[in-house]
Amino acid sequence: MRFVDEYRDADKARALSAKIVGLCEPGRQYKFMEVCGGHTHTIYKHGLEDYLPESITLVHGPGCPVCVIPMGRVDDAIALAEQPDVIMTSFGDMMRVPGGRGSFFDSKAAGTDIRMVYSPLDALKIARQNPDKHVVFMAIGFETTAPSTAMTALRAEAEGIENFSIFCNHVTIIPAIKAILDSPDLRLDGFIGPGHVSTVIGCRPYEFIAAEYDKPLVTAGFEPLDILQSVYMLLLQLSEGRSEVENQYGRVVPWDGNMVALRAVEQVMELRPYFEWRGLGFISHSALRMKEHFARYDAERHFSLPGVRVADPKACQCGEVLKGVLKPWECKVFGTACTPETPIGTCMVSSEGACAAYYNFGRFSRERVRQASQPQPVTIEAGARKA
Amino acid sequence: MTEQRQANWAEEAVREHAEDAAVHDHELAQYPSGADHPSREQQVLDRIEKARARKPKVKEERITLAHGAGGKATQSLVEAIFLDSFRNPLLEPLEDAATVTANGTRLAFTTDSFVVSPLFFPGGDIGDLAINGTVNDLAVSGATPMSLSAGFILEEGFPVADLRRIVASMKAAAEAAGVQIVTGDTKVVERGKADGCYINTAGVGLLDPGRELGIATARPGDAVIVSGPVGEHGMTIMLERGELDIEAELVSDTAPLHELVATLLEADSGVRAMRDATRGGVATILNEVAQAAGVAVVVNESDVPVRAEVRGACELLGIDPLYVACEGRLVTIVDGSRTDEALAALRSHPLGAEAAVIGRIADDPPGLVLLNTGFGGTRIVDLLVGDPLPRIC
Repeated sequence: MRFVDEYRDADKARALSAKIVGLCEPGRQYKFMEVCGGHTHTIYKHGLEDYLPESITLVHGPGCPVCVIPMGRVDDAIALAEQPDVIMTSFGDMMRVPGGRGSFFDSKAAGTDIRMVYSPLDALKIARQNPDKHVVFMAIGFETTAPSTAMTALRAEAEGIENFSIFCNHVTIIPAIKAILDSPDLRLDGFIGPGHVSTVIGCRPYEFIAAEYDKPLVTAGFEPLDILQSVYMLLLQLSEGRSEVENQYGRVVPWDGNMVALRAVEQVMELRPYFEWRGLGFISHSALRMKEHFARYDAERHFSLPGVRVADPKACQCGEVLKGVLKPWECKVFGTACTPETPIGTCMVSSEGACAAYYNFGRFSRERVRQASQPQPVTIEAGARKA
Repeated sequence: MTEQRQANWAEEAVREHAEDAAVHDHELAQYPSGADHPSREQQVLDRIEKARARKPKVKEERITLAHGAGGKATQSLVEAIFLDSFRNPLLEPLEDAATVTANGTRLAFTTDSFVVSPLFFPGGDIGDLAINGTVNDLAVSGATPMSLSAGFILEEGFPVADLRRIVASMKAAAEAAGVQIVTGDTKVVERGKADGCYINTAGVGLLDPGRELGIATARPGDAVIVSGPVGEHGMTIMLERGELDIEAELVSDTAPLHELVATLLEADSGVRAMRDATRGGVATILNEVAQAAGVAVVVNESDVPVRAEVRGACELLGIDPLYVACEGRLVTIVDGSRTDEALAALRSHPLGAEAAVIGRIADDPPGLVLLNTGFGGTRIVDLLVGDPLPRIC
């Protein structure tokens, strides 16, 4: 298939892999964080780690928008859905995310009207079709999806639609990266920068990572060769003593971002003073809310929400996994109490989370499989043969 | 600080597995590394397998759509609620059809309900689906399909013209499959209490006395074959619902498999087991094989036949075609030394023209499906918890 197969070519992968091995300093361990959950998914789905030497560890970052929504916000969304004459709309991957008392799927089973949509504009369409109901859109995502939510609010205003509001949970990527950079037990050598977010914000916002923290960052695409090439570019920077922001995903990411999209977001939303991230805690100026002018489209002002915080379970070690201190399987509850069916922590919630990706795709011993696929040496022991 | 509370379900799960966590700590402290002991990662993997092998529980207070998706949630529901109450040796293997013996005659017996939406779709409708589904469950059990029942649950207000259309296609499908509908039932419920028309069919078929098939008989060295491109039915239904704004030239693969199965079995092709890859797709069947036989199933992604339209739509939606339903494809496990014969037999029939060997059975790691990706890496293919998309069969 065009535009897909050329980025999954095993021959090119082998060639890149050899160049990567060549750049690794003997005895040195490298840890790179892929910030974006989409990258994590690609890495596991294609078995990309088979191409990396053991000295390179990929640490899976906080860039999974579903995963970082705290349980209390899910409870608030369900409380919204329980209001009389409300239709709640949400992206499909939010449906199974449990809050303190269960997920959208559980709430739907208990009788609320929660519908999956593929775009916020579909939610607006449902509002037009159901004038006697109030339709709430559960807005989640980084700068990638915030513009489409903003555009939808602008469209609603232009059309004078009154029975529609947005439960805004948009978050911003830079404060989360900064929180990780500022953590004292950070052990990273560089970043594989988010691809989709960068199509909106561009590459400039990452410059402080190279300048102030002296870490290289390469913005990467989502096909496995994109990620492998980004690892190569990071190693090349390290071997040449550079720490810069580079753009591997130039075919989609403009250096300065998408001004139209950014303007739409700025018109409709503003930064919150602080927001809670599941697994990372409260981070200041890390999320967006609706501006005063759009108050009538703001579900938080339209309805009164419980706003009860649900504590992350104490056994959960997601914070350590996100910072690269622990591998997913080193967490105490991984795979036993915490599974994709009952995700205790953020990293297990969506298929883009580090633990879920490892559980769903990587839950086997690469070492054992490698040994099993080697031809077994044939040895005939004396006396073992039957006559 | 705002008011704060705990997620009780999460704390409960942690308590339930507290013992595992204590063992985990102990093991990791004892064996930091070293070749004499299983690696730390291997110990964790072993413990996960132990946790997965526990008796399944249904923790939800209410039925959710995930319980009907054919994945882990369905498995838990079937084992914890139905099997737990009905348990008997005939039900226990949970095959597509049960084997019952009457006066020395072995019969295959099966049932299936059909709730597809929309009722009419490119390549078929709920009527031929209801016949083919039950015919196929009998056929892949190695039986010759004989007689079917048909039960209808109709919603008040449902157009009679639509019912005529559905029944006409059931008649045609039954004739094509050489079966008769010999008994039936009709119920009508109030408007809003059903989605137009639901159909249940049950069927019996005659089993060859000398043939024992079952996924538990798969053994290392066996070949894994699919009878044609996967995922067409499921993707056709998803696109036909019109929610995705994707257009593709796709038709459902719904077809009766009894002739294809007969051709395969007559060829003396070393068949150990067959399954029709419906809800949950090929991936779910392969997981069932791995678990039932205690073997590894190793699949080569590039060998799995998938039409370009299906692959394209899957890429856009972020779905793996291995999980997308088929209604006229079978997966068969055959003796490795008979692979060529089996493949030739399947390809000699129009429904198996694009049959392909997609992998093999290995001994390690037991219970898992491994995929060699087109990119050249390795990963596992697990059962899904549920299906985020609406019901498809």
